[in-house]
Formats: sequence, structure tokens, C-alpha cells
Amino acid sequence: MKQLGPPVVAALIGLLLWELLARGLHVEPWLLPPPSTVARAAFAARAELLGATLTTGTTAFLGFSLSAVVGVSLGVVLSRSRLLERGFYPYALLLQTVPIVAIAPLLVLWFGIGPRAVTASAFIVSVFPVVTGTLSGLRSVDPALHDLFTLYGSSRTRRLLWLELPSAAFSIATGLRVASGLAVIGAVVGEFVAGFAEGRPGLGIVVMSSYRQLRTDVLFGAVFCSTLLGLALFSFVGVFSHLYLRKWHVAEKDPR
Amino acid sequence: MIELTGVRRSFADGVVLDGLDLRVDAGEFVSLVGPSGCGKSTLLRLVAGLDRADGGEVVVAREEGLAYVFQDAHLLPWRTVEGNVALPLELAGERDVSPRVGAALTAVELAGVGHKYPAELSGGMRMRASIARALVKKPRLLLMDEPFAALDELTRQRLDERLRTLFLEQGLTVVFVTHSIAEATFLSTRVVVLSSRPARIVHDAPVDLPAERNAVTRGTPAFARVTADLVAALEEGEA
Ligand SMILES: Nc1ncnc2c1ncn2[C@@H]1O[C@H](COP(=O)(O)OP(=O)(O)OP(=O)(O)O)[C@@H](O)[C@H]1O
Ligand SMILES: [Mg+2]
Repeated sequence: MKQLGPPVVAALIGLLLWELLARGLHVEPWLLPPPSTVARAAFAARAELLGATLTTGTTAFLGFSLSAVVGVSLGVVLSRSRLLERGFYPYALLLQTVPIVAIAPLLVLWFGIGPRAVTASAFIVSVFPVVTGTLSGLRSVDPALHDLFTLYGSSRTRRLLWLELPSAAFSIATGLRVASGLAVIGAVVGEFVAGFAEGRPGLGIVVMSSYRQLRTDVLFGAVFCSTLLGLALFSFVGVFSHLYLRKWHVAEKDPR
Repeated sequence: MIELTGVRRSFADGVVLDGLDLRVDAGEFVSLVGPSGCGKSTLLRLVAGLDRADGGEVVVAREEGLAYVFQDAHLLPWRTVEGNVALPLELAGERDVSPRVGAALTAVELAGVGHKYPAELSGGMRMRASIARALVKKPRLLLMDEPFAALDELTRQRLDERLRTLFLEQGLTVVFVTHSIAEATFLSTRVVVLSSRPARIVHDAPVDLPAERNAVTRGTPAFARVTADLVAALEEGEA
């Protein structure tokens, strides 16, 4: 709890400065509304924002889960052979450099407007760090432990399950943490292009529509919600990896 | 137990072993000493079957059971001590392992800490867990590559005494690499001194000390004589 103190104080100071500057300099509210206005607007639009957070949260979570499963599996497959890795890794890298905004229309063509295209967008943006995390983790197993498994005639499956995957756990968890934040970004950006405006629209739609209506206060509210969403997904991964790693991993052991 | 004839092994940076002959019989405790980088680990890995010779013959009675102990404990950090000691049995698909795991832990005086994780142990305890793991399948041949090099002197002497007892009790054959002449003298029935790379045998002699050895042994004149001979041989090999 003690670590929470400094950032909370920093946030309060920042909000106070923002409030004073916005009011003192008479900044147009559609340019930069003071935090109090944002809070009031967000509270008034709470039903809309909550629904949007749930909608985006669902697709982000689905995209992230897909990334976790596909990313780890792909990492395992690529680690089985140098040749495979050399052949496919550059394309996995390409996946990371492709701007998601540019291929979002393609996703609409393939999946239609709606949660499927948004989930695909969240997946594409977040899968790469999971692949790299898995691959580098599997590649950096202690060679003496490999020798040990060789000496005792281990099968390939046991070597993977009992040695390589646990060795890679920390590295995989790091990849998943990065992926969790990216999945939310991918979902919001995906919604810009492929989100449903009817029913219960996601945060990306709320951002776009409040921008068109110059409701900057609601826009800030939506930004705040997507930040919270990213944090929630990040903590979700953090809790699970901590539960697995805390007993034995040096970096995860509770201090003192 | 081990019969090496004309063994050759080279790496990209040159020849490490160039026609080495070495024979180790059952029941021997042979220590290998020699300058750093002369090829001791290479030799041990060839005997273990972890590496292939480029030429010559390596005959090892591996079917009687062989275990390898590394310089550091190299335990699986995500397994408890018990889990680590059980690993060789589990990899062989054996069931009902806990009595044997318990016996191996008792043999290295670690009976109380089986449920702990390696990160919770001291370096000496981790090394003992590593030895328990090596002993759990009751191997006849034990290969050890500077196992106690990272430990403080007192811990090291205690583990040497423990190992000497295990050697006598369990009828092991041991090949032990070390940089410490005193340790080689204390443990071995025979010490082999290697020259710098490519390794030649410059000295190969039995250690003329009683079988039962303890802390007192290190202070006897016979002990001092054996170590002095070994130092002389080592200096000759480095020249
Ligand atoms: N896998 C390898 N690839 C390339 N070179 C190697 C490899 N293993 C050993 N060597 C080289 O062979 C030489 C002998 O190495 P080795 O580890 O057998 O020496 P050592 O006698 O065990 O030394 P130390 O006492 O420092 O442990 C070294 O020069 C090393 O660089
Ligand atoms: Mg060595």
C-alpha cells in the first residue's frame, strides 16, 4: 500500500494544476475542459460509459485470450526448429509493424462490422509480444538443465512441459503483460473503423461520437475508462503470473 | 568402468584432447586436476555421453547407472527439493518414488527441507540437494565437475567428508574434477594430473591414505606429503 502513496499524490497535484489552468486561462471547454467538468459529464453519461467499457472490455479480453493461446503455441512451434524460426519469424515481426488503422478496413471486409472484426484487431495488435516472450524464454533455458534431461533420457514432451515452459514462464508473463495493454488499444482503434454504433457501442465509438459533437468532456471520460480497462487487464495478468511465480521465482518473491 | 583410448576432441578454437588414454575401475575415486581450460569438463562430458569424441574410443559402463553433478546445483527452481530429487525417477516413468526420495535426502542430511524451494536454501544445501538428485537412482558411476567450487571452505570440507562417507557406503565409482589439491587428496583413491591444453596425463598415482578419513586426516604428515607431490606434478604440467 505504501507504494501507492506517491503516484496518488502526483495525480492529485496534476489534476489540481489542470483545474486551475483550465479555469484561470479561460480555455474553451471543447478544447480542454477542467477535470471537475469531465467528472460531472462522465457521471451524467455513466450508463453509456459503463456499457461502452463492458463492450470494449469483452472484445479486448477475447482478443487478448486469443493472443495468449495462439502466441504461446506459435512460440512453441517456432522454437522446435531454427529453420522454422528463420522462415516465419520475420512475418511475425511484420505483424507488429503493420499499422492497425491501415488494415482495420480489411478486417471489416473479412469479418463484417461488429465484435468479430474488433476482436481480430485486438488480437493482431497484441499477439506479437507473446510470441517473442515465449520464444526467447524457451531459447534461454539453462544448458546444464538440458544436459540433465538428456542424461535421464527425457521424452520431448516432458522436456517441454517440465523444463522449457516453466523456464520460459517469467518471459511469457512479461509478453502477456505487454499484450494486455495492446489488446485494449487494438480494440478501441478497431472500433473506430469496425465498431457497432447501435446497441451498446464500445469506447471507440463513444470517443468518435463525442468528438463529432465537440463533447470533449465525455471524450475525456471515455479515455479515462479505456485507461482503466487497460490497467484492469494488466493487473489480471499480473495476479495470475504472481500466483504461479511467487513461490520460486527470484524476481517475484516478496521482498524480505 | 571407464576405458578411454586415444580420445580426441577439438572445438573451433583448437584441439582440447589429443589422444588421451584413461582407465577407471569400479570402486575407484579418481580426481582430475589440471590448469583451467585444459579439457577436464570436456573429458567428463564425453564420459557422460553428453558429447561425442572426434576420434578414439570411449567405453563406459553406463547401463549400471550414471549421474552427473555440475559446478552449480542447477535445480529446477519451480520444483521443491523433493520434486527435484524425484526428477530422475519421474523422467524414467517410475512410480511410488517418495521412499527413495526420502532415503536420498537423508543420505545428504536434508530430510527436513524437502518441501522447500531451492530459492529458500543456502548454497551448501542446494548442492546437497543436487547430490541427492544424482544418487536417487542408485548409480554406480558418479561424475562430478567442480561441485563444491562455489562454496565457502568450511561447507566444502563438510561436504567432502559427507561425500567420502557416501562413496564408501554406497560402493560408488567417482570421477571428480577439482582445482583444489587438498580436496583431491582428501577424497580420492587416485589422483590424475593433466597438463595444459591439449591435456596429457603428467601424473597418475594412488593416494596412500587410510580409507576412513575425517577432519583429522587433513593434518597428518602423510596428507601433506601427498599434496606436495601433487603440487610438484601440477607445476611440471603447467611448464
Ligand atoms: N562447447 C564448446 N564449444 C567450443 N569450445 C569449447 C566447448 N567446450 C569447451 N570448449 C573449449 O575447450 C577448452 C577446454 O574446456 P573445458 O571446459 O573442458 O576446460 P576445463 O579443464 O574444464 O576448464 P575449467 O577448469 O576452467 O573448468 C576451452 O578452451 C574451451 O574454450
Ligand atoms: Mg570445467
